[in-house]
Amino acid sequence: MGVAPQGLELTRDYRSLTGGKTAARRAGGPESPKWGATILFLAPATLLLLVFLVYPAVYTVLLSFNRGRNGIFNEWVGLDNYARLFADPDFLNLGTFPPSGALWNNVLWLVFYVSIVISLGLIIAVVAARVRYEALLKAIVFIPMAIAATALAVIWKFVYSPDANIGLINALLGAVGIAPIPWLGDQGIVNFALIAVGIWGSVGFATVILSAAVKSIPAEVIESARVEGATERQIFFRMILPMVSLPISVLAVTLVVNVIKLFDLIYVMTAGGPGKASQVIAFTMFQQAFEAGQYGYGSAVAVVMLVLLIPIMIFNVRRFRTGSVT
Amino acid sequence: MSVLAEGMAGSRPRTPAGRAVAALNRTVIHVFLAFVGLLWLVPTIGLLVTSFRPRSDIQSTGWWDIFNLHLTLENYSQVLQAQGMLQAFLNTVFIAVPSTLLPLGICAMAAYAFSWMRFPFRDTLFLIVVGLLMVPVQVAFIPVLTGMRELLPDLQLTRGYGAVWLAHTAFALPFGIFLLRNFFITLPPDMIEAARIDGASDVRIFRMIVVPVSVPAIAAYGIFQFLWVWNDLLMALVFVQDSSKFPMTRAIQNLLSQYGTEWHLLAAGAFLVMIVPLIVFFSLQRYFVQGLLAGSIK
Repeated sequence: MGVAPQGLELTRDYRSLTGGKTAARRAGGPESPKWGATILFLAPATLLLLVFLVYPAVYTVLLSFNRGRNGIFNEWVGLDNYARLFADPDFLNLGTFPPSGALWNNVLWLVFYVSIVISLGLIIAVVAARVRYEALLKAIVFIPMAIAATALAVIWKFVYSPDANIGLINALLGAVGIAPIPWLGDQGIVNFALIAVGIWGSVGFATVILSAAVKSIPAEVIESARVEGATERQIFFRMILPMVSLPISVLAVTLVVNVIKLFDLIYVMTAGGPGKASQVIAFTMFQQAFEAGQYGYGSAVAVVMLVLLIPIMIFNVRRFRTGSVT
Repeated sequence: MSVLAEGMAGSRPRTPAGRAVAALNRTVIHVFLAFVGLLWLVPTIGLLVTSFRPRSDIQSTGWWDIFNLHLTLENYSQVLQAQGMLQAFLNTVFIAVPSTLLPLGICAMAAYAFSWMRFPFRDTLFLIVVGLLMVPVQVAFIPVLTGMRELLPDLQLTRGYGAVWLAHTAFALPFGIFLLRNFFITLPPDMIEAARIDGASDVRIFRMIVVPVSVPAIAAYGIFQFLWVWNDLLMALVFVQDSSKFPMTRAIQNLLSQYGTEWHLLAAGAFLVMIVPLIVFFSLQRYFVQGLLAGSIK
């Protein structure tokens, strides 16, 4: 059977050389597709994708230009939903300092969650590689990935509790004489308290990915740098960091998608509060559509989410076409 | 042994001062990692301990007061029976099992077609599937609910599990097809061609060759999808509208909004939703991590 194919490109070449038309001709097999079998294998997936993804996406885009009472096209309003959305200070308010609104909160998540998850994941991956209990430590940090965001939310509501008999953080602060802080009840703090929970939930994922990347760097390369007198800092910044830049970019894309789709954690921990201080776009979409019954307006929010994800869609398709995804 | 650890051992300092610095460095590393370990364990352990403490104790002292520790299963029996968490646990199973098996079968079939069948525009269609990966579930909510209400009112799909099964299945497809196709395509072409030459049909090649040799990949994807559905709240909020059919995530959300400070109930409830994923994590760690890493693109 020869060498097992490794990458996508190799697989394609290999197949076109040994399989494909030549083999079919040699076997006297049919050149043309077997329509019956093709339809059988693809019909269930195609049907579901058309009914539940493609058609709804088109419907939602059209509904976002409509009043959309009860989810039905009843009153064309043009760009009115979008105009109202971007004029709504609860969605985006750049007029104050610091800015506020659901979309702004996603920006906060994007900046702090993505950068801190990646840096902490890299630091833990590199440092843990030097100790014997590396596997145990990575498992401990990875556990939150297995848990429902709903359960994460309960765990951290508990840790953040303003009651010093319940919440560990305020108990620790109390021990050094600091009054309890309402982590989830203060409009200025709540987003950062939530982002910290998000970071806690995702660092294990980053650690595992980056740990594998760091270990793929050949031992001799690092060893010879050490022999030639490179400091640990130089090795980290000049050798490890450049060599893990590709996994970091893939990780960053994943985390950005997490931020755009972020919902469960916010819904359970704060329900967007206090007031509307911790709302994010996916939360706004849910609330406008299903609590306020504003289907056209809610559709406009869903379209904003879709538009934010389109660059990543293009990135993925391009990445796949060039064959770096295998 | 890892690269960096070998490096540390290899460059052993020779002077006493150098050894002192190295020992200090190692101490710093251990302290840092111990801190990380504690930071990631303590919140969960705190809630676990709390789930076994009597209500009166929880309200008078913190869980870290280990000299005053009385344990009870009362919280669990109360949350399972009086709060209906047992029913919710079963509901989660009823939602998660079909929402895992359906996409598994449908994705494997489509992935086979995209890797080993010849038809026009195959690669273009596959790129469209890759593109659909990024379509957020939010775009489906309003049209699907409206469609179910207006076009199929008699089926009452949101009263049962039908709506949530179909929605989970459909939104699992782009990723599942993507993942399995990328695995199937690495199978040796000779193996497939040999079977074709022997006259095996595509159905037979799929069932007798491709699926059996792809069990690790299918298992990793299955575990990923199962936990995804098990842990989901959003789809259940939208597509399960009969309160007797709510899964655990919704039941906990309800507990939280009704009894926000009844930690004996909340802690026990949270552990009930965590227990299955934790068992999966510890027993199938390799598949689990693989599935999640592969799932990172979702």
